[in-house]
Amino acid sequence: MTQSSILIWPVLWPLVLGIVVFLFRGRTALWLSLAAAVGTALTSFNVCRAVHQSSTLVHEVGGWGAPLGIVLRADGLAAVMLGLSGLVGLVISVYSLTYFKSGSRKEQLFWPIWLLLWGGLNGLFISGDIFNLYVTLELVSLGAIPLIALAGTRDAIKASLRYLLLALLGSMSYLFGVGLLYMRFGVLDLMMLGNTITPDLTVYAAIAFMIGGLIIKAALFPMHFWLPPAHSSAPAPVSAALSGLVVTASFYMVARLWFYAFPALELAKLGQLIGLLGCGAILWGGWQAIRQERLKMLVAYSTVSQIGYLFLVFPLYNKAIEGSGIAWSGSILFAVSHAIAKSCAFLAAGIFIKVYGHDRISELRGAGRQLPMVTFAFALAGVNLMGLPPSGGFVGKWMLLKAAFVTGQWGYGVVMVCGGLLAFCYIFRVLEQFMTTPDENAPNLKSPAVMTYSVLVLAVTAVSLGFFTPVLLGILGVDSPVSLVSFAPEVLLP
Amino acid sequence: MNEWLPLLIPATSLIAALFIFFIDEDNRGLRTFVNLTTASLKVLLVVFLLIGVSRGEVYRFTQPLFFGFEIVLHADALSLLFVSLSALLWLITTIYAIGYMDVSHGHDRSRFFGFFSLCVSATTGIALAGNLFTFLIFYELLTITTYPLVTHRGGPDAIKAGRIYLLYTLGGGALLLVAIVWLKTIVGAANFVTGGMLIPFVSSHQTELTIIFTMLIVGFGVKAALVPFHGWLPVAMVAPAPVSALLHAVAVVKAGAFGIMRTVYDVYGPDVCTELGVRPWLAAAAAITIIYGSIRALRQDDFKRRLAYSTVSQVSYIILGAAIVGPVATVGGLVHLFHQGIMKITMFFVAGNLAEELHIKKVSQMNGLGRRMPITMASFSIAACAMIGIPPMAGFITKWNLGLGAIVAGQEWVIAVLLGSTLLNAAYFLPIVYRAWFKEPDIAFDPPPNGRKLEIHPYLLVPPLFTALCVLAAGVFAGMPFSPLQWAKLIALREYGL
Amino acid sequence: MSTSLIYALTGIAIAGLGLFHYLSQRNILRKVLAGNFIGTGIFLFLVSSADRQADGSIDPVPHALVLTGIVVAVSATALLLALLCRYHDETGSLTLDEEDDE
Repeated sequence: MTQSSILIWPVLWPLVLGIVVFLFRGRTALWLSLAAAVGTALTSFNVCRAVHQSSTLVHEVGGWGAPLGIVLRADGLAAVMLGLSGLVGLVISVYSLTYFKSGSRKEQLFWPIWLLLWGGLNGLFISGDIFNLYVTLELVSLGAIPLIALAGTRDAIKASLRYLLLALLGSMSYLFGVGLLYMRFGVLDLMMLGNTITPDLTVYAAIAFMIGGLIIKAALFPMHFWLPPAHSSAPAPVSAALSGLVVTASFYMVARLWFYAFPALELAKLGQLIGLLGCGAILWGGWQAIRQERLKMLVAYSTVSQIGYLFLVFPLYNKAIEGSGIAWSGSILFAVSHAIAKSCAFLAAGIFIKVYGHDRISELRGAGRQLPMVTFAFALAGVNLMGLPPSGGFVGKWMLLKAAFVTGQWGYGVVMVCGGLLAFCYIFRVLEQFMTTPDENAPNLKSPAVMTYSVLVLAVTAVSLGFFTPVLLGILGVDSPVSLVSFAPEVLLP
Repeated sequence: MNEWLPLLIPATSLIAALFIFFIDEDNRGLRTFVNLTTASLKVLLVVFLLIGVSRGEVYRFTQPLFFGFEIVLHADALSLLFVSLSALLWLITTIYAIGYMDVSHGHDRSRFFGFFSLCVSATTGIALAGNLFTFLIFYELLTITTYPLVTHRGGPDAIKAGRIYLLYTLGGGALLLVAIVWLKTIVGAANFVTGGMLIPFVSSHQTELTIIFTMLIVGFGVKAALVPFHGWLPVAMVAPAPVSALLHAVAVVKAGAFGIMRTVYDVYGPDVCTELGVRPWLAAAAAITIIYGSIRALRQDDFKRRLAYSTVSQVSYIILGAAIVGPVATVGGLVHLFHQGIMKITMFFVAGNLAEELHIKKVSQMNGLGRRMPITMASFSIAACAMIGIPPMAGFITKWNLGLGAIVAGQEWVIAVLLGSTLLNAAYFLPIVYRAWFKEPDIAFDPPPNGRKLEIHPYLLVPPLFTALCVLAAGVFAGMPFSPLQWAKLIALREYGL
Repeated sequence: MSTSLIYALTGIAIAGLGLFHYLSQRNILRKVLAGNFIGTGIFLFLVSSADRQADGSIDPVPHALVLTGIVVAVSATALLLALLCRYHDETGSLTLDEEDDE
């Protein structure tokens, strides 16, 4: 079926072009990179559209099927993620064209590595078996780390080293889990695994290793401590990619395994444990964010906090209870809008650094008047992070709250609301500074147009995502593991 | 057309706002033009809406979102009351604000008017909301869009006021979110149905519904400045006068009171409220607020703060009307929504005028003002008499209906509250009127600059005069068909199914 | 079956040894070495699972997995060492000091 071969392009295009770009210098390299970015985005959207129109696309690379071949599978969830990475990746790429202006060799290295990272991400989203997930996850990590180090500062090198050491631990753990599963069942394919898996000591051990490793990569509390230094010392576009896409990819993997490979298992207790960690993340991350002096550290801790919300889907979804399926759509929606809003926030922070030379919050007074567009975009991103309507964050949080009520797990609802209040505090801490009257002799500063507009695009998308929910849910519903309609039917009164 | 008109009303100022943000700061002409045109357009649309509804047309906009959530904008009698108040007062405040910004050499005007327009979008959205979900969306939007206005001046007081404002309103909003999600889980669709929609659920979910009711009242009560959640209101006086006029007469405070009305009448329904036994508590809270606000107002020398506490007190009349059983009390509360709006906005316009023209911010400085600013102080005097409740002024009509309603419902203690607060109102308003007209100024006032004939810039003079005349008309012509009183009666009839 | 079981257990033992040192060693170079131990141990474990079929024939899939894994491990080691060199140039130390960066 040639239609399914569109699946290889979002992965192949950036990988190949990434290598090609490495061989060139100067303006040629930039043009090639732009072509690569646009191409990747377009092919990703294409897959999205195709899945939405028909149904799950399955493609065996090179015509070789499982178990030796690589099977790519794009269902609703994968399509949504591909769409997300296409949008965010494209905006980050456009932004970076202007951000990396000096054209030094080091800055030129951004492009091949970023394209490889992006290709790896796309591959991760459409992988159909657990080993390919490992390979693409490694590609993503090994791509992310040099990008952090690209900043060249002592903090960046240190943060990337720490991240690498932890990431490796996570991957090894995951790989070990894969090995255990293969040893027990002899299958790697997700669908087949879902059908053949049975509860067993080996299986539980495998799950522990796999999810444990992924928790490190997703920076879920308490394994979050590597994230703030890494995301804050990286160059702004890299921070955006990391907080927006890479972290979401790790969460995606856990969700993919949980709902597709392990649905037959009784994992309620593990779900509660993960939920508790999520609560810790929400509260600790939020609290720490309020205390930060630097904007990028604040935004990084906000990521730690928001990731906690994502992981609440595991305790909140209970297949025995009607209506808890809304937790699934809520958390995916939340993930998507967080990715967009967070990358917007980091890109905006990048503009502040470029213009002011620093990101100390207390000294960003009056930015509202000097850089109105950028502060506006940051405020919109903040609206999403706080979960205010009509943003996607609001809708996602609403759905998760509803799931908490329907399944009778009030505690999670309370924590979510507290997390929202903490978010109000840290976002408005920043916005307050922007609204303050600037000093009289502050220079009139301008921010580069391309960067400003890219930030605005992301901001507006995040905030209006609430209106696009039906579209998103339509795509998500293709081959969904959770019956999206099986929630408590709304009592329709006359 | 019937579908789009309710959407068009909030949408016009939304689009205008986006446009206004980009207008060059110095391009005063264009900005004034856009502001006035959109405000007038909005009034026209509302008039169109009114005519249509009086002919029996139904205006309803529905946009399903997902999982049974939908955005519903619906023009029923209660929304019309609020939306027409908003649209009318918006036009007037826009005129005032334009003049004010000129006289006070305001900065960042494009930003100011942009957020100003966004606020009116949010307010009309709240007015027209047809279910709790839509209501909440616009309610939170109102919070976000009023923040930049409160902190507009940018100094440390403004920032601090903004922070306190947010603390209260976002906290209230979070409470509302939880309550609404919970309610929806129990009930399903939470559309506003005249007369309430919770009757089938009362017996089975009594405790839950009572708790949700409390949460909703507290959540709305924050914006409605119900004691003890009123703390943000006096602090927010640091904002420019048009913002104070807006917040206190039209947007934020009324939105909170409106939310309470919707909860009592169109979500729970009068009978359910009585059955759940929540009414006495609501009445008590409202009564405490009325008295407390008035007592605090007495002790303020700062003019705007005195008005702020007066607002705290007056808005609770609306809530009191909702808390007492029976259509007569309902009429009292509803009509006060309108009356308090026009009375209070007049007073805040006056406060702004005094501050900008003569730098008078304290009551103790107001001796002999009547000579220097006769029209302004006359407007104030009319509004003050109305607020105290001297017949046949608007405030009297409110209190009469509330009192009558209380007797009918067997709650005679309310009369004591009404009398007490009337006395207190007189105690803190009449001295101002007395000082202005009957005392000599301590130091001579500066004459109008540049040989201007009028006591103050015309844009600042006409609005309070106009609203004062409205106050007069609302009281004197209360018996006429389209007066606020008749309207309130119509709404009450519908709510009670009579 | 029992030969491969011995290999499997050895693999786990090596990985466990590596893990212990990975976590406890302060010097990063030693962490890198320990990391390679973990990797090798896991690969050995994986290879041992190739001996699965009842008729004694060998399943090629784990071999493919291990080859891929080796490639990944080598790249990761290379990256680690390059970063470590750079880190050493910048700070002159080979350990991640425990003072928090913010």
